[in-house]
Amino acid sequence: MITRSAAQLAAALESGETTSAQVTEAFLNRIGAVDGDVHAFLQVDSDGAMAAAAASDARRAAGAAASALDGVPIAVKDVLATQGIATTCGSKILQGWVPPYDATVVARLKAAGLPILGKTNMDEFAMGSSTEHSAYGPTHNPWDLDRIPGGSGGGSAAAIAAFEAPLAIGSDTGGSIRQPGAVTGTVGVKPTYGGVSRYGLIAMANSLDQAGPVTGTVLDAALLHEVIGGHDPLDSTSINAPASGFVEAAMQGANGDLSGVKIGVITELGGDGYQAGVLARFNESLEVMVAAGAQIVEVSCPSFVHALAAYYLIMPSEASSNLARFDAMRYGLRVTPDGDPSAEDVMRATRDAGFGDEVKRRIILGTYALSSGYYDAYYGSAQKVRTLISRDFEAAFAQADVLVSPTAPTTAFKLGEKLDDPLSMYLNDIATIPANLAGVPGMSLPCGLADEDNLPAGFQILAPAMQDARLYRVGAALESLLTNQWGGRLLDRVPELGGAR
Amino acid sequence: MNFDEALAAFDPAMGLEVHVELNTATKMFCGCPTEFGAEPNTQTCPTCLGLPGSLPVVNGKGVESAIRIGLALNCSIAEWCRFARKNYFYPDMPKNFQTSQYDEPIAFDGFLDVELADGEVVRVEIERAHMEEDTGKSTHVGGSTGRIHGADYSLVDYNRAGIPLIEIVTRPILGTRERAPEVAKAYVAQLREILLGLGVSDVRMEQGSMRCDVNLSLAPKDSGLLGTRTETKNVNSLRSVERAVRFEISRHAEILSGGGSILQETRHFHEDTGITTSGREKSDAEDYRYFPEPDLVPIAPSREWVEQLRSELPEPPRVRRARLQEAWGFSDLEMRDTVGAGALGLVEETIAAGAAPQAARKWWLGELARRANEDGVEVSALPITPADVAGVQALVDAKTINDKLAREVFEGVLAGEGTPADVVAKRGLAMVSDDGALAEAVATAIAANPDVADKIREGKVAAAGALIGEVMKLMRGKADAARVRELILESLTSS
Repeated sequence: MITRSAAQLAAALESGETTSAQVTEAFLNRIGAVDGDVHAFLQVDSDGAMAAAAASDARRAAGAAASALDGVPIAVKDVLATQGIATTCGSKILQGWVPPYDATVVARLKAAGLPILGKTNMDEFAMGSSTEHSAYGPTHNPWDLDRIPGGSGGGSAAAIAAFEAPLAIGSDTGGSIRQPGAVTGTVGVKPTYGGVSRYGLIAMANSLDQAGPVTGTVLDAALLHEVIGGHDPLDSTSINAPASGFVEAAMQGANGDLSGVKIGVITELGGDGYQAGVLARFNESLEVMVAAGAQIVEVSCPSFVHALAAYYLIMPSEASSNLARFDAMRYGLRVTPDGDPSAEDVMRATRDAGFGDEVKRRIILGTYALSSGYYDAYYGSAQKVRTLISRDFEAAFAQADVLVSPTAPTTAFKLGEKLDDPLSMYLNDIATIPANLAGVPGMSLPCGLADEDNLPAGFQILAPAMQDARLYRVGAALESLLTNQWGGRLLDRVPELGGAR
Repeated sequence: MNFDEALAAFDPAMGLEVHVELNTATKMFCGCPTEFGAEPNTQTCPTCLGLPGSLPVVNGKGVESAIRIGLALNCSIAEWCRFARKNYFYPDMPKNFQTSQYDEPIAFDGFLDVELADGEVVRVEIERAHMEEDTGKSTHVGGSTGRIHGADYSLVDYNRAGIPLIEIVTRPILGTRERAPEVAKAYVAQLREILLGLGVSDVRMEQGSMRCDVNLSLAPKDSGLLGTRTETKNVNSLRSVERAVRFEISRHAEILSGGGSILQETRHFHEDTGITTSGREKSDAEDYRYFPEPDLVPIAPSREWVEQLRSELPEPPRVRRARLQEAWGFSDLEMRDTVGAGALGLVEETIAAGAAPQAARKWWLGELARRANEDGVEVSALPITPADVAGVQALVDAKTINDKLAREVFEGVLAGEGTPADVVAKRGLAMVSDDGALAEAVATAIAANPDVADKIREGKVAAAGALIGEVMKLMRGKADAARVRELILESLTSS
């Protein structure tokens, strides 16, 4: 049961072969069995999930399913506000905060009938590439428990890879959906900026953040994307266009035909700094696509070399302002120093105790970058780089339907390996960041195991803004071709964990 | 140093920043109601409380009001502008940044021609008018000052957080010399009148829906320099604006002429004593780290929309006043008194309802102004309509009542006894128009005052006044004095 895709589970629910209560219970049991090792979840809401499952079964029995995925359970990254379920963003400063409202994404999941299993672990305020910056302890990669599951959405990706959930929601500011997908052998999609409402998504960097699907298959991602996407009047940056055609594109792609599709390989995202095994799997995937009729062109995006630097000015600038609200005055942690403290003393003590080092590092970076006298040199220049990156994308998409690269330069590294070397950690997102800066959609899907370490490598596909359907068409084709070649899904090769399959 | 001495040595420069709360039904960035005076923290939602994950959405009506204000102040309207975050920590600011506008205000480069009491017109240049959100309201409990320092605890009401504000900033106002306090007051008064006319704000200074910050500096007389300024915050009445400017001029002059220098700081104005005291030091190091608000999309009002709003603007107050003064034939003084009493619209409506201009003015500025003063309310707040006033005057014109009786009619209307006609009927105030009854009273009065009658017979007609008084007394006031006079003269001169 738990290894089935969401689409298969939905079909089983639709046919009456099983019930949402049975499915949900199976996943809750799996969480109980393996999450002690994996630590994908910060909160498990068994009662809420089972109640939602019962309601779903009643709807299906009455022939009134709320959506194709009605009854298929899901895990939600702890960055999204969930009414009545504690939401921490992986931070001590939000410990005990129970939101009085649902994020739009969460409201849409509920409206579509998906039982919410719980909230998944993440780097504090989504700042990190390993989930080691969670204030509640790291998540472990199901492929090797000594390794990182990627970040910041390591919890959601690991939950999928460990079969603790058939579907999950992540959020991607610089790669936090795609890089965890790459290192856990799962599928992750960062939609076009504005394609999925950010209302209730606790912001790291508002102009870059985007919630999206984390799944085991491309079709599952398409199904989930259609549930959560579309215009939301509560988010001013939400695009007023329907989120449709993704499932159709994934179905079309699944026939493995890529005739006439032009695939642009980005020169700047590969080569030096990329692990040999990752590049090998990437290049083999290109060959498979060519064999399926795709045309490969090499495209250059010269401004991408400045992407990381621009990102590490824009993201901390916005984050420094976003995180100012955590001041102990209204909700969350409050630390009251001894003596007769002023409001400012309480704010200072709370923020000192409540934020972790990486968060403080970025607040300081951002505060500095926005300071009078430095603004033009830092924030202003970074915005110019952003414009140049968008122009590079425009030029590249004039030559190709989609652009591709390895998702991350390496496979999963060991827990603790890069914790004391932030710059090395930041380099993990070198291939994923440009899409966030330009607002274009991106997908990571597994393209095999690297020879050096037998760990998953990720293949990234990028499409022009609002052309998310192209990701599903091309992604489903590559997935289908590789699955045929492998004789099964990559996830089927994930090692056994404590619990029984 | 007194004010005159100060002005002999120094030239003042002023800058006025006026915050106006818009009267939109909902807040600037969320759907919460804006009604004043609700139970604390009942008009809040995730967005105006700044809860994690919440997002702002711009109130279109707020943008429209901002554009209309900009147009009424002769400003250019931005073709494209953005909101910006003004970052600083304060407990009544839910997000610890204020969503405001920085270098891209919606309206800029305008002016307001301010008319002083003697008719002199001073042009005040408007640098900008921008949109922002209000903060919550802190109440500091305990301690002696009512300020946060020394308080036992503080209460914060977030009902006000997110209420739309327009901040209107002048360029430095120079060359006003001894008239600076008067110019400041007149500017704020005229701004208030414009905003009232636009209908975009309640502009109640006492409720804080219009707040004025006064920047003031002095420079040696005729030097053309700009001195160090102080910013006196939240000056909350027209009179206080004048007093604050006057006080700061004297205070600065005292310090400067003693060889001291002015500390750049914010100051608080005290309504009771009329003085300002030091607030917080406002050094150049204060850095709000402004940057464009990434959660909102740019605002690009179409030129068609702007022109439509321009075409729908009400007549500017000065133009309207000139037009009405001409139509009514009021003297400058009569016009100023009418405007000053806040009765311009009332008089206009009363005339529209049929009263003669002078009659309308007489009632509103006389009897009714007196009553308003007694009751301690604005004349516009009296429970009487311009139609009622015109109705009273119509009764006077028809000789149903006289001016003295009219006062009783007003009393009745104000007491809720109905229309003027109702009051006349209920109180039995109609004058006696029957000459027979009047002749009887005239005869009685003549008989009782033979010496007065003799004087009249001798041609001293002015003496008739005493007899008229007698007759009115006999008639209990319910007589037309002019007719009584005729009857007296007829009976004493004809036979």
